[in-house]
Parts: sequence; C-alpha cells; structure tokens
Amino acid sequence: MSAGGQQSPGPVVQVAGVNKVFETAGGGRTNALENIDLAIGADEFVSLIGPSGCGKSTLLRLIGDLTSPTSGTVTVNGKPARQARLDRDYGIVFQAPVLFDWRTVQANVALPLEVKGTPGTERDQRVRSMLELVELKDFARHYPYQLSGGMQQRVSIARALALEPSILLMDEPFGALDEMTRERLNAEVQRIWQETGTTIVFVTHSIPEAVFLSSRVVVMSPRPGRIVRIIDVDLPRPRTDDTRETARYFELITEVRETLRGRRVATSDGAAVASAERTMAEGAVG
Amino acid sequence: MTAGTAELAGPRRDPGARLIRQVRGQAPAIVVFVSVLVVWEVGVGALALQSFILPRPSAIATAFVAEWQTLQLAARNTLYEALGGLVIGVTAGVLTAFAVSRWARVREAVLPIAIGASAVPIIAAAPIMSNWFGILNPFAKMAIVILLVYFPMLINVARGLSQVEPSALELMQASAASEGQVLRKVRIPNALPYFFTGLKVCTTLSLIGAVVAEYFGGSSDVLGRVIVQSSSRLRFDITWAAIAITAISGIVMYVVALVVERAVIPWHASQRAAES
Amino acid sequence: MTTAPEAVEPARRPRSRAPAPPARSLARGLALGLLFLAILLVVWEGAKALGGDPWRFTAPSGEEVTYRPPFKWQIVNDLSLPHVWEIAEALAAPVQRQQTQSLAGFLVGAAIHTGQEAALGFLFGALLGLALAAVFVHSKLAERAFMPYIVASQTIPILALAPLIAFAFGNGLVGIVIVASYLTFFPVTIAQIRGLTSPDPRAIELMRSCAASRWTIFWKLRMPASLPYLFAALKIAATASIVGAIVGEGNPGGSQFGLGRAILNFNEQYASGPEKLWAAILASALLGLTFFAAIRIAELLVLRGRPAAAAG
Repeated sequence: MSAGGQQSPGPVVQVAGVNKVFETAGGGRTNALENIDLAIGADEFVSLIGPSGCGKSTLLRLIGDLTSPTSGTVTVNGKPARQARLDRDYGIVFQAPVLFDWRTVQANVALPLEVKGTPGTERDQRVRSMLELVELKDFARHYPYQLSGGMQQRVSIARALALEPSILLMDEPFGALDEMTRERLNAEVQRIWQETGTTIVFVTHSIPEAVFLSSRVVVMSPRPGRIVRIIDVDLPRPRTDDTRETARYFELITEVRETLRGRRVATSDGAAVASAERTMAEGAVG
Repeated sequence: MTAGTAELAGPRRDPGARLIRQVRGQAPAIVVFVSVLVVWEVGVGALALQSFILPRPSAIATAFVAEWQTLQLAARNTLYEALGGLVIGVTAGVLTAFAVSRWARVREAVLPIAIGASAVPIIAAAPIMSNWFGILNPFAKMAIVILLVYFPMLINVARGLSQVEPSALELMQASAASEGQVLRKVRIPNALPYFFTGLKVCTTLSLIGAVVAEYFGGSSDVLGRVIVQSSSRLRFDITWAAIAITAISGIVMYVVALVVERAVIPWHASQRAAES
Repeated sequence: MTTAPEAVEPARRPRSRAPAPPARSLARGLALGLLFLAILLVVWEGAKALGGDPWRFTAPSGEEVTYRPPFKWQIVNDLSLPHVWEIAEALAAPVQRQQTQSLAGFLVGAAIHTGQEAALGFLFGALLGLALAAVFVHSKLAERAFMPYIVASQTIPILALAPLIAFAFGNGLVGIVIVASYLTFFPVTIAQIRGLTSPDPRAIELMRSCAASRWTIFWKLRMPASLPYLFAALKIAATASIVGAIVGEGNPGGSQFGLGRAILNFNEQYASGPEKLWAAILASALLGLTFFAAIRIAELLVLRGRPAAAAG
C-alpha cells in the first residue's frame, strides 16, 4: 500500500488542509496542528505517533468531531465529521477506560446501544457477542472496580464496537498499562481488527506498538504538529509474537525512531527513499 | 472514573476472623468510653459542684424514665418539624440544582450566592418565622429547617451534576447522545454520591435547627422548650435527658441516611472501602 | 432517543484554566452579591406592592398619596415585612428612646461583641483541630482510641447545649468561647486529617529517601497539601462559631451587648417596632458574611493559584 492509500470507494477519513489553533488562558494562541492532509482508506490500521504536544490526540478528536478545526475540512465516510458523529459511524477508546462505576460490565458495553435506542433483545445479543469478542463473557455482571486495568480497557473496546462502527478511534488506549499487558492487548486489537474489518486510527507514544499494529505509521512533528512522514509497514499479517523478533520489525522501528528524531532515513530500498522524499516535499499524503 | 484495581473478585470471607479483628481494632476506643463513663459517675459524685449542671449518668437515666411521656411527645413534635423541613428543603434544593445546572452560566452565578447564604446565621431568623406563622405553629420552625437544609443540598447536588469527568462527556458526544440522555445516564448517577453527602449533613442539621429554633419560643411540647424550661427550673437531669433524646434521634436519622445510601449507591468507592 | 437536533454540541476540549487572580475573584463575588441584593430588594418591595398594607407618602406638592395594593397577604404586611426604608430609618434612629446611640451604632457594637466571642472560639477550635489532626496522623493508637468519639461528638447537639454551657460558666465570655470552639474543632479536625493524609504516598517516600525527618515531611509536604481542605472547613466553622455565639448569648442574665440578646430583646418589642428585629437579623447576616469574606480573602492569598479542594 503506497502513501495516499486510495482504496475504492474512496478514503474513509479525509483530512484536508486542517489547522487547529487553541486560545490559551493568558490570551495567547497555540498552534496545535498545521496544514494537515491525510487520507485513510477502508480497513486500514493507521497509527499517529509523535512527541508530546504534537497534536496527535487533537487530530484524532478532529476526526471524531469532538473538536472543530480552525480551518480545513474533515470528511468521514464521505460526510462532514459532524454528520458522521451524529450517525454514530465511529467508536472511541480513551487512555482511561472511562467506565461508569454504577453500571456492570455488560451495562457499560450496552451504553451506546441504549443511546441509539436499540431494542432490548437485539441489544443484549450485541453486548454478548462484543464481550465474547474481547473474551470477557464471564465477567458480564461484574463491576468495573472488580476488574484489572487491562480488562477494563477491553470492556471499553467492546463498548466502542457495540454499534458496529466502520471506524474505531483509539487514543493511547494502552498507555496506562504495563508492557506485557500491552503486548497482549496489541495482539487482541490486531485480531479484532482482522475479525471485524474496522478502520482503526490509533494514537500512541510507543514506536514498537505503532509498528506492530499498523499498516501505516503517520509520524508527526513537535508543535505545531505537522505530518512529517508516513511510513508503510509491510510486515506480513497476521502478526504474532514472532513478528516482534524479525529483522524487518526492528528496521521499521528504527526508521520510525529516526524520523521522529528529524533525521532522514537513507536506505538501500530506493522505493522507501523516494516515497520519503516525495512526502517530505509535498508535506503530506499525495 | 475507576482506577484499575489489582486483582479480580471480592475479599475473602472469613466472618469469624474478621469479627475478632474488628473488635480488637475498636479496643482502644472502648477503653476510653468505659473509663469516661466511670470517671463521670464517680467523679461527679465526688465534686458536688459539677452535679449541679452535669448530673451523674444514673440521675439522667432516672429522669429519662420518669419524664418519658413528656419527652417522647416532645421528641415526636420536634421530629415532625425536623423531618418536614428536611423533606421540603431537600426537595427544593435538588429541584433548584437541576434547574440551575442546565446552563453553566446560571450555575456559576447562583452557586456563589448559595455558598454566601450558607455563611449567614440563618437561625437568627427564627423569631421572624415565629412572627409570621405564629409562635405555636410548627411550620415556623420547619421554615427555619427548610432554609438551613436548602443551601447545602443545592450546592452539593449542583456540584454533582456538573462535576463529571470530561472523558465521560466526550464518550457520550461520540455516541451522539442528546442532552437529556447525558443527564439521565451520566449526570444523575454521578450526582448521587454528592446527594448523599449533603443528605447526611442535612439530617443532623435539620434536627439541631428545629431544636435551637425552639429556643426562641414556641409551644411547650417540643424538645427545645423542654430543654429551656427544665434548665430554668434547674432540673438539669431532665435537660440532659432531653439532650440525650435529641442526640439519639439525630444518630438514628443519620443511620437511616447511611442505610439508604448503601442501598442506592453500593457501587461507590466510599461504600466498598473496608478502611475507615 | 434520537440524535440530530438535541445532540450534544462538541464541547471545547477542557483546557486547564489557571484560577482567576484574587482581585478579580473578589470583584466578581462582590458584583454577584450586589446583584443578588438588588433582586432581593425588588422582590421584597414588589411583594409588598402586590399584597401589603397601603403605602402612604407625602408628595412634593404636600398631598397625601395612598397606594393600595391589589391583594392582601398577611405575610407581607407592614408588621411582618417592614418597608426597606423603614428599616433604614430605624437604623438611623436612636436604639431606644432617650438614648443618643443610633440603632446602627448599637448593632455594630453588638456585632463586634458577638464577633469577638465567636472569633476567639473559632481560633481555639481551629488550633485544637489542627493539633488533634497532627497527632492523629502520626499516632495510629491515638486515632483508634479517640476518633470514634470525635465523630460521635458531632452527634451531640452542642448548639442545643449552648445555653446550658453558657450558664455553667456564668453566662460570660468563657462559656460562649467553649461553644464556639467545640463547633469549630470538629470540621477542622476531620478536614485536616483528610488534608494531611492527602499527599501521594510516593511523595512521602521521596522525602524519606533524602532523609527528611517526620517533622520536615509534616511542614514541607503535609501541611501545604492540607491547606485547601483546611480552608473549606474553616468557612463552615466560621458560620458555626457565630451561630454558637448568638445562641449562647440567649440566656437571661447573659451579656447585654451581643447580637443574641439584641435579637431576643427586639423580638419582645416586635409589635411596636418590627424594624429593629429585622435590623438585628441583618446585622447577624452581615457578621456571618464578614467572617466568610475574611476567610475567603485569606484563602485566596494563601492558596494563590492553587485550585480549592472539592469539599465534600
């Protein structure tokens, strides 16, 4: 898949010429995002990675219409982002599980279905299948406080998928977890992605995680956030623990790291250099 | 909302061992209680001066039994004032909180005023209420209770409705929830612990408010008047018996609130924690 | 359960806002207070205009003008709810016939008298609360022994006991100070314990790792951390002290100078002049607000820039 992933029938997410400026308390202005152009095709798994403050979470929120761009447009599923949100085209997972203390696990997963107005039997069925998907069927009647952090995040993933959205937005969902749980959940997310065919936009701080999960990694610059480079991850699927030990995996990690550090990557692979140069010149996806 | 706790499932149950541990934990407190009671009984006998104002526990107990008819009637009347005022004040406070929380600007204007109003010694208005409603009318005291209870409830519930985790609100936005759905599914459950915090404070407040309002005048069949009249007759044993009833009633009201709280919000951290 | 028109607007991403500077916060509070007062006055006189007793003025031309309200509600007649200007007039007039001091002057004196008693009690109670909290935080044994009683002491209606206690101590200053201290020490103790134990355990470990003594940890970490909680409790305690002082002054034979006695006296004279009672209540309210404002100002200065604790 080349940079610019145009799949039929067209990109699922199209960010065009987006700038985001925040007003700060003292009356100043912060340029969170500058001139962002990004197209994400169906069934892609795209990671956004960059230093703190680079605006990756803001970009995710723009896609989800949880905030509006200062200029530029965000189109999701061919509609304005706002309409996509109102049509409930996407699910979101935050870094904190954000489960409601007063609801059981299954009631938490049912929340989007309740909001939409899905009738009871269909709702229960859907909740059950989501809990099975994240392998938490036996904990349906538990309360969030009885679950570990990793399990709570799995519940929040089940909830995000409850309405069968075409897009899943994930904002550093495993940032608060330990490395081993994180790797396990990475494998789960990958499996879920392949089983459901959802497009995933994933914000992370972790280079290995980005490389392991994604089909493309979008590397962003420090504030004001710009897209520095988009790296194709050509590791074969399905990716397993063994993948984490291949040479190509480490090469890609190095490539991402070097890009983050602001150094171009000179590789013997002519195609990679060419695409790197092209994306640097155009500043974004072609 | 929740911090991930380590492992699953509840605590291991071993009632016998737990009971023993709890008793041992309370031991220092029990020692203090018993010693104070003993010192009081013995010491007061020794110091003739004290028994004037502070009779021995045995004397108070005797008066309690002897004056039971008066006391229980007075308690019922005072409780009527306190509970009536509590119910009305709490309802009014909660309704105002809902009305006010709809718009952030209104809330930001009203809340400081409510906080300021609770800085005012409302009990000073007791004579006015007596003049308005008639000194023998229980509603005069109820009105004071309503005022006492209204502001803390308003403040607590308004906070509970508005101090919701931003991520939870974003989650509802992401699900394209309506404002009404956010209110029902997020704000109200979130506000319940705040409501109970306020309610617990208000139960004691309502009773004390009724009793002290009665100090400023009223019919004789209320606890406040029993206290005032018995102490002016220098029958301090009755005075203390009346105070004991007041305290006990207050504790009972508080415990009822606790029980209701446990039933309604068993999921809240405060209800689960075994630590005191 | 549908979306569209009622759907929630995307909220602005919650930016961290620095708390407003102290001056602005005070100005805002003042403005709100004045607005509230204005509304109160309008409602007061408005209600009287609708259902009170007839209003009588002398017009500039010398004529007697009478305005008759459309309804008749007993609760807003001139005896129950005197006109605001009548109260103002009474404030300027002598407190009693043949006395030179005005009502306003008398009430200010009474407020100062009561205020001093309350303040003394408040101070003692606060210091006691701080000391107790410090002890309990450092000694598990002391906490286990006494904490249940501290909590239980809250159930003793000390306010109900106020007259009794005042009487026991000769109706003088001591009794009132005891009542006010009692009412103060409990919320302060509880809040201070919460505050002193609020720092992250890791912060404490950090200090221990550079060999800080318990004393140092207390002064440099626990005390600063406890301040928001402390101020929340102090605000409650301030009002409680005043209430305690007013109630405690109610005994016959008690001090003639305080607001409590003034309220009771003016209550007896109600039929002849309700304005005085209202003026006394107004004075009490102002006293309460003054205490509150003083603590609020202290809080703004001490907690400069720090968010206040979300008090329970």
